[in-house]
Amino acid sequence: MAEALQQVILDTLDAESSIKDTRALVIPGEKQPAISNDAQIAILGALNSLSSRDMISYATHEVISHAPTPEGSQIVEQGSNEARVWAALPLKGQGDPVTPNQLKKVVGDEVAKVGQGRAFKNGWIAKEGDGLVKLAPEIKDVTRDDLLEIKSSGTLKSGEKTLSDLRKRKLIVQKKGQWFSVTKGPSFSTSIAKPETDLTVEMLASGSWKTSTFKKYNFEAEGIPTNGGALHPLLKVREEIRNIFLEMGFAEMPTQSFVESGFWCFDALFVPQQHPARDLQDTFYLSDPAISLPPKKDYYDLVSKVHEHGGFGSTGYRAPWVEEESRKLLLRTHTTASSAHMLYKLAAACRGEKAPSDKGEYTHGAASTTGSYRGDPAKDDGFRPAKLFSIDRVFRNETMDATHLAEFHQVEGVVADRNLTLADLIGFMRVFFDKMGIEQVRFKPAYNPYTEPSLEIFAFHPMLNRWVEVGNSGMFRPEMLEPMGFPKDVRVHGWGLSLERPTMIRYGINNIRTLVGHKVSIEGIENSPAVRF
Amino acid sequence: MPTVAVDKASLWERLGQEYSSDDFDKLLFEYGLELDEDTTEEVEAARKKGLPAERPQLKIEIPANRYDLLCIEGLARALNVFLNKSSRPQYKLVYPPGGEADLLTVTVSPETKRIRPLFACAILRNVKFTQESYQSFIELQDKLHQNICKRRQLVAIGTHDLDTLKGPFRYEARPPQSIKFAPLGKDKEYTAEELMIVYESEKHLARYLHIIRDSPVYPIIYDAEDRVLSMPPIINSNHSKITLNTTNVFIDVTATDQTKLDIVVNMVATMFSEYCAEPFTIEPVKVVFPDGQTRITPDISTRVMSAHASYINSCTGLSLSSSEVKTLLERMSLSASLSPSNPDEVLVEIPPTRPDIFHECDIMEDAAIAYGFNNLPNKFPATSTVAQPLAISKLSDVVRVEWGLAGWVEVLPLILCSLEENFTFLNHQDDGKTAVKIANPKTLEFQVVRTTLIPGLLKTVRENRSHPLPIKIFETSDVVYKDVTRERQARNERHAAAVWCNKTAGFEIIHGMLDRAMKMLEIPRISSGDFKADTGYYIKECDDPMYFPGRAATIYYRAPSSKKGALADIKQEVQTALHISKDIAIGALGILHPTVLEKFDIGYPCSALEFNLEPFKKEMQRIWTNAELE
Repeated sequence: MAEALQQVILDTLDAESSIKDTRALVIPGEKQPAISNDAQIAILGALNSLSSRDMISYATHEVISHAPTPEGSQIVEQGSNEARVWAALPLKGQGDPVTPNQLKKVVGDEVAKVGQGRAFKNGWIAKEGDGLVKLAPEIKDVTRDDLLEIKSSGTLKSGEKTLSDLRKRKLIVQKKGQWFSVTKGPSFSTSIAKPETDLTVEMLASGSWKTSTFKKYNFEAEGIPTNGGALHPLLKVREEIRNIFLEMGFAEMPTQSFVESGFWCFDALFVPQQHPARDLQDTFYLSDPAISLPPKKDYYDLVSKVHEHGGFGSTGYRAPWVEEESRKLLLRTHTTASSAHMLYKLAAACRGEKAPSDKGEYTHGAASTTGSYRGDPAKDDGFRPAKLFSIDRVFRNETMDATHLAEFHQVEGVVADRNLTLADLIGFMRVFFDKMGIEQVRFKPAYNPYTEPSLEIFAFHPMLNRWVEVGNSGMFRPEMLEPMGFPKDVRVHGWGLSLERPTMIRYGINNIRTLVGHKVSIEGIENSPAVRF
Repeated sequence: MPTVAVDKASLWERLGQEYSSDDFDKLLFEYGLELDEDTTEEVEAARKKGLPAERPQLKIEIPANRYDLLCIEGLARALNVFLNKSSRPQYKLVYPPGGEADLLTVTVSPETKRIRPLFACAILRNVKFTQESYQSFIELQDKLHQNICKRRQLVAIGTHDLDTLKGPFRYEARPPQSIKFAPLGKDKEYTAEELMIVYESEKHLARYLHIIRDSPVYPIIYDAEDRVLSMPPIINSNHSKITLNTTNVFIDVTATDQTKLDIVVNMVATMFSEYCAEPFTIEPVKVVFPDGQTRITPDISTRVMSAHASYINSCTGLSLSSSEVKTLLERMSLSASLSPSNPDEVLVEIPPTRPDIFHECDIMEDAAIAYGFNNLPNKFPATSTVAQPLAISKLSDVVRVEWGLAGWVEVLPLILCSLEENFTFLNHQDDGKTAVKIANPKTLEFQVVRTTLIPGLLKTVRENRSHPLPIKIFETSDVVYKDVTRERQARNERHAAAVWCNKTAGFEIIHGMLDRAMKMLEIPRISSGDFKADTGYYIKECDDPMYFPGRAATIYYRAPSSKKGALADIKQEVQTALHISKDIAIGALGILHPTVLEKFDIGYPCSALEFNLEPFKKEMQRIWTNAELE
C-alpha cells in the first residue's frame, strides 16, 4: 500500500511534472480523491520516504477543515434527532399516535426532547390527540447529509453559513489540515526500488553494490552503545598515579596489613601516646584480636625510651609511656604505618642484621649510587637508598558525610638517601604534582609529629579560584629514623595525599558516596571517562 | 588543629598596621598558620540589616604543638618578632620584697598520689584586665584544656583572685563526702558527691566528671582558712573567682603528667604576664611535696641547645653562615649566640614558650621557616633507583583487566561491614576464629573487617535495581583473617570475586569467569580425579549453605612442584599412588541460596564466584634486591 502510493505520486509527477495539490490524488484502493486529513497524513509518509531519497521535494500548505464531533458522528450513523423522532412515529391515519412518553422509551429522553422541536418546525410531525404522528411521508435529513459531506471532504459545498450553524450546535469542530505540492527531486525516477541501508556480504559477492542506491546515513544520530565491561574510576586514577611513581623510579611497598598495632601505627613514627589521633573517636580499635605480639625487644626499647626519656639528640616527649597503648591492635589510620615497617626493614643491614628475604615483596634498596662507601667496602654501613610508594586503604572512625568515609585510599611516597634536603623535597613535590597536572603549588610550614620540617602542599584550584590543600609532606624525624638504625646522615622524605580527592576533582564529584561503596551506580562506572593527567 | 578567633582591630593595633585579607593570609602562610575565616563581611552584612553583631574577627588555624600562639597576646608577640617589629620579651620571675621566705607556699598532701599528684602554680601581680583581655584569659585556658590537657584529663587549670584568699594553701585529696563548698556561679554549698549529680545535667562540665568520679578521693585546694579554691579538674569555688577588677591572680595547675604540667603553667603565666604592672614578670610560688621536696614554680628558665650551620645547611639545601642562622632564628623568637669555640655552632636559647622544640631538627625547621620554604633553591633528589611494581598488584591487575575485557564492571564496596552481612546473611556461622572485630564502631555497618568479598558485591547489586539485567560485577581486593602467628594477629589476603544477577542463575557463566581468569594465568584445567598432573585447577561439588543445593563447588589448585630431581619424583609418585592430595581449596562458586538473596533483598537469581589470588603471585625480579647482601 505504501509503495503503491509512492508509485502513484511518482507516476503523476512523471506525467504532469508537478503535483499542485495532493488533495487531488486518488490513493490506490480508494474511489475518491484524498481530501480527508487521514489521507493527507498517509500521503505525507510517502512524501517523506521519497524525499529522503531525494526523488522528490515538496512544500506543505495548511488548510482549515472540519470534522464531526462525537455527537456529530453519532448523527452520521443514526440520523439526526428530528429524523429519528419522525421515523419512530406512524404516518397520520395509519396507526395509533405515539404519546411523548412512549416516544421517550423508543428513542431516549434526549433525542425525543431535541428532535420533537425541530421535527415540528420542519413540519414533519403533528399532534393528534395526546400523541404524535408523521405528517410528511418522506423527509430529507439535511443535517445528516451535511455532516456526512463534512466527514468525507472536511468542508461543505453549501458554504460557511451552514458550517457556522453546525459549529454552534457542537456537531462539528474546526481542524487544521495539511496538503502538499510536489515537484521532482534531483534523483527523480519512477522506480521505487528500496534503497539499501548497509553494505552486505551478498552485495560484495553479487557485485550489486555497484548499482544499488543507499539510504542516506543520519550522521546526527548516536552509534549503538557498546556492551563491554568497565574498570572503576577511582582505580583508574590509582593506576595513573601508580604510573607516575613507576615513571619516577619508585618501588611499590607491600601494604597488605589493614591491622596494625599502636606501636607500628604511632609509636614507631614518634607520635606521642597522648596524641588525639589515637583517641577512640578517631581510630578503630579491635576487640578481637585486641593485643599484638610484642615487637622486637631491642627496637621497642629504643622507641619507648626516645618517647619517654629522649635520646638521639632529642629531649623526647617526657610523658608517661604505657606498653598497653603500644600493643593495642587497630585498623591503620595511615599507610605510613606500612612505610615505617618498610623503613625498619631497609635499615636491617645498618643494624648489622641480614636483610629479610621474602621473594614476594620488595625487601631492600638498590645498590647505592650516592653512598660514601662506594669503592671502599670497609666503610659500608649497610645503607642503600630507596624510593618507595604505596596506594592503599586506610581507616578512620569518622562520622560519614559528603566528603568523609570511614575508609579511603592514601597515596604515599618515601625517598631515603644520604643528605637529602628540604629543597630536594620541595623540588621533587613540584615535579610530582606537575605530573598530576597540578602546576601551581606552594608549601606551608605545618606540624606533624613524625616529620620535621613538615609541609602542607597547597595547589591553586582554577575553578574555585583559591588555594586548596592537596597533600602533606615532610622529612621523617631523627627520633623515628635513628632508633631503626639509620646512620645520622640518612634523611627520609615522605609525603601523602588521598586518592579520593583528586578523583573527585577529576570527575566533578561532590559526594564521596557516589564514588566509593556499594551505593555507587554501575552505570556511573560504565560511563566514567578515562584518566590522563 | 585548634582554631583561635582574634579581634581583628585589636590584632592590627598590636601589629601596628592594618593588613588586607590577602596580605595577612600570605604572612600567616609563610609562618605556618592558616587564615580560616575573616568575619568582616559577615559582620557588615548583619549590621546593615540592623542585626546585633560582634566586632569583626579573624579565625586562624594554629599548629597543634604551638600552644604559645593560642591567644592574641602570643600570636601578636610572635608575628611582631617575625616581622622584626620588636624583640622577643624576656620573661622574669620576681620574688616578693622578703625574697624566698615571703613566697606563698602550697603544701601537697600524700593522698593526691591516689588521683592527681602533680601540682604547680604562679602569681601575676598588679594585673589590669580589660573586658577583652579578661575574655582572652578565659579562652586561652579553654583552648589549653581542649588540646594539650586532653579535655582536662592530663592537666587542669584554675585561676583565682588572690586577694580573697590567705596563704599558705594546701593541695589535698579527700573523700567526696567530706568536701563541701559553693562552686563557681552558685551561692549554695554542695558536697562533692552532690556536685557530681548536679553537674550531670550541665553539659559543659558533665564531660569532665568521669576523670575523678569513681576515685575514693577527689583533688581539692584550700587556703589557710579552709576556704576552697578549686576542685580540679572540675570547678573553681565561687569565693575566689576572678573578675574584671581582680588585680592579683593566683593560677593553680594540677596534672598527671609532669612535662605537660610545666608547659601549661608556663603558657598561662607567660602569656598573661603582659598585663602585669611590670610586664612579663611572674611571682613564683613554693610547692612542698609529700616527700619534703620543694619546688619553686613556675620554672621559666630558658634551655640552651646547640645548633650547627652545617647541619641546617645539609638538611635544607642552603649555605648559610652561623651568623645568618642566628639572624633567622631570632625572627622565630629564639635568642641565639655564636659559639665562642666552634664557628659552625650556634647556641640557641629556647624560651619557656617553645616546648615544641625537642631536637636540633626543630631549630633547623624554624630557620627554614624564617628563610621561607618557598624561597628555597629549586633542587631535585639525586637518588637513582629502578622502579618495581609489587607482585600482588600486578597479579590483581591481570585479573581486573581480563574480567573487564570480558564485559564485566569493576565495583568498589567498603571493606568494613556488619557481623550479620559477613556471616548470617550468607547462612554461615561466626566461629570466632575468622573475622577481626572492631571495638568502637560508630555504626553497626562497621563491626568487622570482611572475610569475603561477596556481601559487598551483593549490596552493590541491591543498590543498582534500576540497572538493566544482567548485572555483571567483580572486585579484586583484600579480606582480613585472624592469624595468631603474626605480630599483628591478622593477615590480609587478596581475593577476586564476581557476581552475576539475571532472570536465570547462570552457574556456567560464573564458571566461565573462573576459567577465563585461570586461562589468562596459564593454570591448566585438570579433572578432579587426575592425580598425575603436576599443576592445575579443578572444581568439585561441595555443600555450602550459602549456595543452592547441588549447585556449588569448591575450587582446588595444585601448585607446580618446586623441587625437581629423582627424590622429588619418587615422592610425587608415592603421593599419587596413595591419592595423597597436596591440592589446596582456594575458593568456591555456585548459585546463591534463595535465603541469601532474600537477606540482601535481591529479587533475581544470582551466581557468585570468589577465590584467593595469593597462590598465583609471582616472585619479584632479582634486579631490585641486593645480591651483594644475600
